[in-house]
Amino acid sequence: MKVSADFSALKKTKWYEYAVRFLLGGSVTVIAGLLAKYYGPVFGGLFLAFPAIFPASATLVDKHERQKKQRAGIQQTTRGRQVAGVDAAGAALGSLGLATFAYIIWKLLPVWNVAAVFIVALDAWLCFSCVLWWLRKKHWHRSPR
Amino acid sequence: MLTMRGYCAGWRISEPPGGTVKDLILRFVIGGIAVSAFAALGDALKPKSFAGLFGAAPSIALATLGLTIAANGKMYAATEARSMIAGALVFFLYAYLCCWLMVRRKLKAMAVTLSALVIWLVCSISIWFLVLR
Repeated sequence: MKVSADFSALKKTKWYEYAVRFLLGGSVTVIAGLLAKYYGPVFGGLFLAFPAIFPASATLVDKHERQKKQRAGIQQTTRGRQVAGVDAAGAALGSLGLATFAYIIWKLLPVWNVAAVFIVALDAWLCFSCVLWWLRKKHWHRSPR
Repeated sequence: MLTMRGYCAGWRISEPPGGTVKDLILRFVIGGIAVSAFAALGDALKPKSFAGLFGAAPSIALATLGLTIAANGKMYAATEARSMIAGALVFFLYAYLCCWLMVRRKLKAMAVTLSALVIWLVCSISIWFLVLR
């Protein structure tokens, strides 16, 4: 299956679902800052990798897939959980890209220009995550995942 | 980044992170926007295994590190990034566990993803206590 973007899918998400993500993301960012202030950057830094996006996304994927099946007349289905599980598998690979992002920031930030470090780290996160996803699809792909 | 530095100059950048109410509000807004943007991108992408990559996007880090560099300097932010590596590796375990519980055990996504956050917290704090501290 080819990678594609369908921006009409954004209309399926309700306003309060966007609001929950905004509140969650904002709250975690504030908490990470406060923890760094009171317990130091070593402890606060852990929370820069807090799963802020994934729980809400997986829950929405599960809900939307279940609603789709219910509209088709299928009441009892585990389709939503399976698709959310596939989303989780992608997040697991993305987290390794996230570790790469953090490693580059850690090593290069003290010696390079800030903007250049952020650009390189973001590129590395995206490229490494995409390569892992491609390798998994090509070599370890099994059944419905 | 220069723009970010200039913008933060009006917000008492000598204060530590979370030092002023204005700083906290700025963090809240930037963090909310970053998380919402990456989440929306994940919603639009197909297949879902690829979209899932954006569930682990560095949204909190992007929102926080710019402000941290402006307030506390590069070394402080680099120290945070070092700890972030541990947090990201625990994220891998967290996401893999969620995947297993939803696909194999057929458990509900909301229950799994929220309850497994406790495991993320326990593992991350344990690594901090045993290795990073």
